[in-house]
Amino acid sequence: MHEQSIVESLLRLALDNARKGDARKIISIHLVVGDYTGVEEDAVNFYFGFLSKDTIAAGARIHYTHVPAQLRCRDCDILFPLQKRDYRCPECAGGRVEIVGGRELYIENMKVE
Amino acid sequence: MSAKTVSVKENILAANTEKAEQSRKLLSSRNVLMVNVMSSPGSGKTSLILQTVNRFRHKYRIAVIEGDIASSIDTDKITRQNIPAIQINTGGGCHLDARMIRNSLDTMDLGQIDLIFIENVGNLVCTADFDLGAHKNVVILSIPEGDDKPYKYPVIFIEADAVVVNKTDVLPHFDFNLDDFPGIIRGLNPSAKVFPVSAKTGEGLDSWFSWIEEMLM
Repeated sequence: MHEQSIVESLLRLALDNARKGDARKIISIHLVVGDYTGVEEDAVNFYFGFLSKDTIAAGARIHYTHVPAQLRCRDCDILFPLQKRDYRCPECAGGRVEIVGGRELYIENMKVE
Repeated sequence: MSAKTVSVKENILAANTEKAEQSRKLLSSRNVLMVNVMSSPGSGKTSLILQTVNRFRHKYRIAVIEGDIASSIDTDKITRQNIPAIQINTGGGCHLDARMIRNSLDTMDLGQIDLIFIENVGNLVCTADFDLGAHKNVVILSIPEGDDKPYKYPVIFIEADAVVVNKTDVLPHFDFNLDDFPGIIRGLNPSAKVFPVSAKTGEGLDSWFSWIEEMLM
Protein backbone atom coordinates (compact mmCIF):
# COMPACT_ATOMS: atom_id res chain seq x y z
CA MET A 1 0.00 0.00 0.00
CA HIS A 2 3.07 2.19 0.14
CA GLU A 3 2.67 3.24 -3.48
CA GLN A 4 -0.83 4.60 -3.10
CA SER A 5 0.24 7.52 -0.93
CA ILE A 6 3.38 8.00 -3.01
CA VAL A 7 1.27 8.21 -6.17
CA GLU A 8 -1.17 10.61 -4.51
CA SER A 9 1.75 12.92 -3.76
CA LEU A 10 3.25 12.38 -7.21
CA LEU A 11 -0.04 13.27 -8.89
CA ARG A 12 -0.56 16.36 -6.73
CA LEU A 13 2.94 17.59 -7.53
CA ALA A 14 2.50 16.93 -11.25
CA LEU A 15 -0.88 18.68 -11.39
CA ASP A 16 0.45 21.69 -9.44
CA ASN A 17 3.32 22.06 -11.87
CA ALA A 18 1.07 21.61 -14.90
CA ARG A 19 -1.25 24.33 -13.59
CA LYS A 20 1.70 26.67 -13.06
CA GLY A 21 2.75 26.09 -16.68
CA ASP A 22 -0.79 26.61 -18.00
CA ALA A 23 -0.76 23.10 -19.43
CA ARG A 24 -3.94 21.44 -20.65
CA LYS A 25 -2.59 17.95 -20.63
CA ILE A 26 0.25 15.98 -19.07
CA ILE A 27 1.72 13.62 -21.66
CA SER A 28 4.50 12.02 -19.65
CA ILE A 29 6.30 12.28 -16.34
CA HIS A 30 9.97 11.50 -15.80
CA LEU A 31 10.33 10.03 -12.34
CA VAL A 32 13.67 9.39 -10.61
CA VAL A 33 13.48 6.53 -8.12
CA GLY A 34 16.27 5.35 -5.83
CA ASP A 35 16.52 1.64 -5.07
CA TYR A 36 16.26 2.28 -1.33
CA THR A 37 12.78 3.79 -1.64
CA GLY A 38 11.32 0.37 -2.41
CA VAL A 39 8.94 1.98 -4.89
CA GLU A 40 7.74 -0.55 -7.48
CA GLU A 41 7.06 0.52 -11.07
CA ASP A 42 4.10 -1.79 -11.56
CA ALA A 43 2.40 -0.60 -8.41
CA VAL A 44 3.01 3.07 -9.29
CA ASN A 45 1.61 2.56 -12.79
CA PHE A 46 -1.43 0.78 -11.40
CA TYR A 47 -2.28 3.48 -8.84
CA PHE A 48 -1.42 6.26 -11.24
CA GLY A 49 -3.85 4.94 -13.84
CA PHE A 50 -6.53 4.68 -11.20
CA LEU A 51 -5.98 8.00 -9.42
CA SER A 52 -5.32 10.17 -12.47
CA LYS A 53 -8.49 9.09 -14.32
CA ASP A 54 -10.43 12.34 -14.05
CA THR A 55 -7.46 14.70 -14.25
CA ILE A 56 -5.37 16.24 -17.02
CA ALA A 57 -2.77 13.57 -16.21
CA ALA A 58 -5.05 10.78 -17.38
CA GLY A 59 -3.24 8.52 -19.81
CA ALA A 60 0.16 10.06 -19.06
CA ARG A 61 3.10 7.68 -19.25
CA ILE A 62 5.62 7.52 -16.47
CA HIS A 63 9.26 7.10 -17.48
CA TYR A 64 11.55 5.84 -14.78
CA THR A 65 15.19 6.43 -14.05
CA HIS A 66 16.41 4.10 -11.33
CA VAL A 67 19.25 5.19 -9.10
CA PRO A 68 21.17 2.26 -7.61
CA ALA A 69 21.88 2.15 -3.91
CA GLN A 70 25.39 3.46 -3.44
CA LEU A 71 27.39 3.54 -0.27
CA ARG A 72 30.53 5.30 0.87
CA CYS A 73 32.98 3.85 3.35
CA ARG A 74 33.82 6.50 5.92
CA ASP A 75 37.24 4.92 6.52
CA CYS A 76 38.45 4.17 2.96
CA ASP A 77 36.41 6.91 1.30
CA ILE A 78 35.52 4.56 -1.57
CA LEU A 79 32.11 4.34 -3.18
CA PHE A 80 30.55 0.93 -3.68
CA PRO A 81 27.21 -0.50 -4.74
CA LEU A 82 24.96 -2.32 -2.33
CA GLN A 83 25.47 -6.05 -2.78
CA LYS A 84 23.15 -8.72 -1.48
CA ARG A 85 21.85 -6.30 1.11
CA ASP A 86 25.23 -6.30 2.79
CA TYR A 87 26.59 -2.83 3.36
CA ARG A 88 30.06 -3.65 4.55
CA CYS A 89 32.95 -2.07 2.69
CA PRO A 90 34.52 -4.41 0.07
CA GLU A 91 38.00 -2.98 0.87
CA CYS A 92 38.19 -3.05 4.64
CA ALA A 93 35.04 -5.07 5.48
CA GLY A 94 34.16 -2.30 7.89
CA GLY A 95 30.65 -1.18 8.59
CA ARG A 96 31.20 2.58 8.91
CA VAL A 97 29.25 3.62 5.86
CA GLU A 98 26.84 6.21 4.64
CA ILE A 99 24.21 6.04 1.93
CA VAL A 100 25.08 8.43 -0.89
CA GLY A 101 22.64 7.17 -3.53
CA GLY A 102 19.38 5.32 -3.68
CA ARG A 103 17.01 7.47 -1.65
CA GLU A 104 15.94 9.69 -4.57
CA LEU A 105 12.24 10.08 -5.28
CA TYR A 106 11.50 13.10 -7.42
CA ILE A 107 9.99 14.30 -10.69
CA GLU A 108 12.80 15.34 -13.01
CA ASN A 109 10.52 16.87 -15.64
CA MET A 110 7.22 16.45 -17.44
CA LYS A 111 6.07 16.68 -21.02
CA VAL A 112 2.92 18.76 -21.24
CA GLU A 113 0.84 20.54 -23.86
CA MET B 1 -0.90 22.95 -29.10
CA SER B 2 2.68 21.75 -29.15
CA ALA B 3 4.22 19.69 -26.41
CA LYS B 4 6.88 21.16 -24.18
CA THR B 5 9.03 19.83 -21.39
CA VAL B 6 8.83 21.53 -18.02
CA SER B 7 11.53 21.00 -15.44
CA VAL B 8 10.20 20.02 -12.02
CA LYS B 9 13.03 18.56 -9.91
CA GLU B 10 10.85 18.40 -6.84
CA ASN B 11 10.74 15.60 -4.31
CA ILE B 12 7.52 13.61 -4.24
CA LEU B 13 7.46 13.71 -0.47
CA ALA B 14 8.28 17.43 -0.19
CA ALA B 15 4.69 18.27 0.77
CA ASN B 16 4.82 15.68 3.56
CA THR B 17 8.14 16.99 4.83
CA GLU B 18 6.85 20.56 4.77
CA LYS B 19 3.74 19.60 6.74
CA ALA B 20 5.94 17.73 9.23
CA GLU B 21 8.16 20.79 9.62
CA GLN B 22 5.10 22.92 10.43
CA SER B 23 3.98 20.45 13.10
CA ARG B 24 7.45 20.38 14.62
CA LYS B 25 7.53 24.17 14.83
CA LEU B 26 4.03 24.29 16.33
CA LEU B 27 4.94 21.73 18.99
CA SER B 28 8.21 23.46 19.84
CA SER B 29 6.39 26.77 20.23
CA ARG B 30 4.00 25.08 22.69
CA ASN B 31 6.83 23.29 24.55
CA VAL B 32 5.58 19.85 23.58
CA LEU B 33 8.06 17.06 22.83
CA MET B 34 6.93 14.52 20.22
CA VAL B 35 8.65 11.15 19.86
CA ASN B 36 7.93 8.79 16.95
CA VAL B 37 8.37 5.10 17.80
CA MET B 38 8.89 2.69 14.89
CA SER B 39 9.56 -1.04 14.71
CA SER B 40 8.39 -4.32 13.22
CA PRO B 41 5.11 -5.66 14.58
CA GLY B 42 5.60 -7.25 17.98
CA SER B 43 8.91 -5.62 18.94
CA GLY B 44 7.43 -3.89 21.96
CA LYS B 45 6.34 -0.41 20.91
CA THR B 46 3.26 -0.45 23.12
CA SER B 47 5.15 -2.02 26.03
CA LEU B 48 7.95 0.55 25.87
CA ILE B 49 5.46 3.42 25.64
CA LEU B 50 3.43 2.03 28.57
CA GLN B 51 6.56 1.67 30.71
CA THR B 52 7.54 5.24 29.89
CA VAL B 53 4.05 6.56 30.55
CA ASN B 54 3.99 4.85 33.93
CA ARG B 55 7.38 6.24 34.82
CA PHE B 56 6.53 9.84 33.98
CA ARG B 57 2.74 10.11 34.38
CA HIS B 58 2.92 11.93 37.72
CA LYS B 59 5.52 14.36 36.46
CA TYR B 60 4.57 15.11 32.87
CA ARG B 61 1.32 15.25 30.91
CA ILE B 62 1.49 12.57 28.23
CA ALA B 63 -0.63 11.67 25.21
CA VAL B 64 -0.25 8.89 22.67
CA ILE B 65 -1.11 8.77 18.97
CA GLU B 66 -1.65 5.16 17.95
CA GLY B 67 -1.21 4.16 14.32
CA ASP B 68 -2.54 0.79 13.24
CA ILE B 69 -3.79 -0.69 10.01
CA ALA B 70 -6.95 -1.69 11.87
CA SER B 71 -8.24 -2.22 15.44
CA SER B 72 -7.91 -0.18 18.61
CA ILE B 73 -6.23 -2.86 20.74
CA ASP B 74 -3.19 -0.71 21.52
CA THR B 75 -5.24 2.42 22.14
CA ASP B 76 -7.37 0.46 24.61
CA LYS B 77 -4.21 -0.55 26.48
CA ILE B 78 -3.18 3.11 26.75
CA THR B 79 -6.58 4.54 27.71
CA ARG B 80 -6.91 1.86 30.40
CA GLN B 81 -4.00 3.69 32.06
CA ASN B 82 -6.04 6.91 31.91
CA ILE B 83 -3.69 8.41 29.35
CA PRO B 84 -5.33 10.19 26.41
CA ALA B 85 -4.82 8.27 23.18
CA ILE B 86 -5.85 9.04 19.64
CA GLN B 87 -6.34 6.15 17.26
CA ILE B 88 -5.39 6.49 13.60
CA ASN B 89 -6.46 3.54 11.48
CA THR B 90 -4.66 3.67 8.17
CA GLY B 91 -7.09 1.23 6.55
CA GLY B 92 -4.39 -0.90 4.99
CA GLY B 93 -1.78 1.85 4.70
CA CYS B 94 1.64 0.73 5.93
CA HIS B 95 2.74 3.97 7.57
CA LEU B 96 1.55 7.21 9.13
CA ASP B 97 2.12 10.49 7.33
CA ALA B 98 2.49 14.11 8.39
CA ARG B 99 -1.07 15.03 7.48
CA MET B 100 -2.58 12.29 9.69
CA ILE B 101 -0.45 13.45 12.60
CA ARG B 102 -1.31 17.09 12.03
CA ASN B 103 -5.03 16.24 12.02
CA SER B 104 -4.57 14.45 15.35
CA LEU B 105 -2.60 17.35 16.83
CA ASP B 106 -5.40 19.72 15.84
CA THR B 107 -7.82 17.77 18.06
CA MET B 108 -5.50 18.00 21.09
CA ASP B 109 -5.19 20.72 23.68
CA LEU B 110 -1.43 21.20 23.31
CA GLY B 111 -1.34 23.57 26.27
CA GLN B 112 -2.20 20.57 28.46
CA ILE B 113 0.47 18.22 27.09
CA ASP B 114 4.22 17.92 27.67
CA LEU B 115 5.02 14.73 25.77
CA ILE B 116 3.42 12.93 22.83
CA PHE B 117 4.39 9.44 21.73
CA ILE B 118 3.50 8.33 18.23
CA GLU B 119 3.23 4.57 17.91
CA ASN B 120 3.76 4.08 14.20
CA VAL B 121 2.41 1.18 12.16
CA GLY B 122 4.58 -1.92 12.66
CA ASN B 123 6.90 -1.79 9.65
CA LEU B 124 10.65 -1.25 9.15
CA VAL B 125 10.43 -0.10 5.53
CA CYS B 126 7.77 2.47 4.68
CA THR B 127 7.67 4.27 8.01
CA ALA B 128 11.23 5.49 7.47
CA ASP B 129 10.41 7.71 4.49
CA PHE B 130 7.70 9.82 6.09
CA ASP B 131 8.72 12.64 8.40
CA LEU B 132 5.87 13.05 10.90
CA GLY B 133 7.05 16.20 12.62
CA ALA B 134 8.41 14.40 15.67
CA HIS B 135 11.45 15.85 17.43
CA LYS B 136 12.98 12.40 17.82
CA ASN B 137 12.65 9.17 15.89
CA VAL B 138 13.13 5.96 17.81
CA VAL B 139 13.49 2.48 16.31
CA ILE B 140 12.94 -0.60 18.45
CA LEU B 141 14.56 -3.86 17.44
CA SER B 142 13.80 -6.89 19.60
CA ILE B 143 16.26 -9.71 20.26
CA PRO B 144 14.24 -12.45 18.49
CA GLU B 145 14.28 -10.43 15.25
CA GLY B 146 18.05 -10.89 14.96
CA ASP B 147 21.02 -8.54 14.83
CA ASP B 148 21.13 -8.47 11.02
CA LYS B 149 18.20 -6.08 10.63
CA PRO B 150 20.32 -2.92 10.22
CA TYR B 151 21.94 -4.63 7.20
CA LYS B 152 18.55 -5.42 5.69
CA TYR B 153 16.73 -2.19 6.52
CA PRO B 154 19.48 0.45 6.77
CA VAL B 155 17.33 3.48 5.99
CA ILE B 156 15.21 3.34 9.13
CA PHE B 157 18.33 2.92 11.30
CA ILE B 158 19.94 5.91 9.60
CA GLU B 159 16.90 8.04 10.41
CA ALA B 160 16.86 6.99 14.07
CA ASP B 161 17.96 9.26 16.90
CA ALA B 162 17.84 6.25 19.20
CA VAL B 163 17.69 2.49 18.76
CA VAL B 164 16.11 0.53 21.60
CA VAL B 165 17.09 -3.14 21.67
CA ASN B 166 14.15 -4.71 23.45
CA LYS B 167 13.57 -8.13 25.07
CA THR B 168 17.09 -8.48 26.47
CA ASP B 169 15.51 -10.88 28.98
CA VAL B 170 15.40 -13.56 26.24
CA LEU B 171 18.97 -12.93 25.01
CA PRO B 172 20.28 -16.36 26.21
CA HIS B 173 17.88 -18.11 23.83
CA PHE B 174 18.89 -16.28 20.66
CA ASP B 175 22.05 -15.75 18.59
CA PHE B 176 21.94 -11.98 18.89
CA ASN B 177 25.38 -10.45 19.37
CA LEU B 178 24.48 -7.61 21.70
CA ASP B 179 28.15 -6.75 22.35
CA ASP B 180 28.80 -5.86 18.72
CA PHE B 181 25.38 -4.40 17.96
CA PRO B 182 25.98 -0.79 19.06
CA GLY B 183 29.01 -0.71 16.75
CA ILE B 184 26.88 -1.84 13.80
CA ILE B 185 24.39 0.92 14.48
CA ARG B 186 27.05 3.59 14.93
CA GLY B 187 28.70 2.48 11.69
CA LEU B 188 25.55 3.51 9.88
CA ASN B 189 24.54 6.34 12.15
CA PRO B 190 27.34 7.71 14.34
CA SER B 191 25.11 9.90 16.50
CA ALA B 192 22.43 7.33 17.35
CA LYS B 193 21.95 6.30 20.97
CA VAL B 194 21.57 2.58 21.64
CA PHE B 195 19.54 1.40 24.64
CA PRO B 196 19.42 -2.34 25.39
CA VAL B 197 16.32 -2.85 27.54
CA SER B 198 13.69 -5.29 28.62
CA ALA B 199 10.34 -3.54 28.65
CA LYS B 200 9.07 -6.64 30.48
CA THR B 201 11.50 -6.79 33.41
CA GLY B 202 12.48 -3.10 33.36
CA GLU B 203 16.18 -3.91 32.87
CA GLY B 204 18.07 -1.06 31.19
CA LEU B 205 15.09 1.29 31.09
CA ASP B 206 16.70 3.91 33.34
CA SER B 207 19.05 5.13 30.57
CA TRP B 208 16.12 5.34 28.17
CA PHE B 209 14.07 7.28 30.73
CA SER B 210 16.99 9.67 31.31
CA TRP B 211 17.32 10.30 27.58
CA ILE B 212 13.62 11.17 27.34
CA GLU B 213 13.68 13.31 30.47
CA GLU B 214 16.73 15.31 29.38
CA MET B 215 14.69 16.49 26.42
CA LEU B 216 11.74 17.47 28.61
CA MET B 217 13.77 19.64 30.95
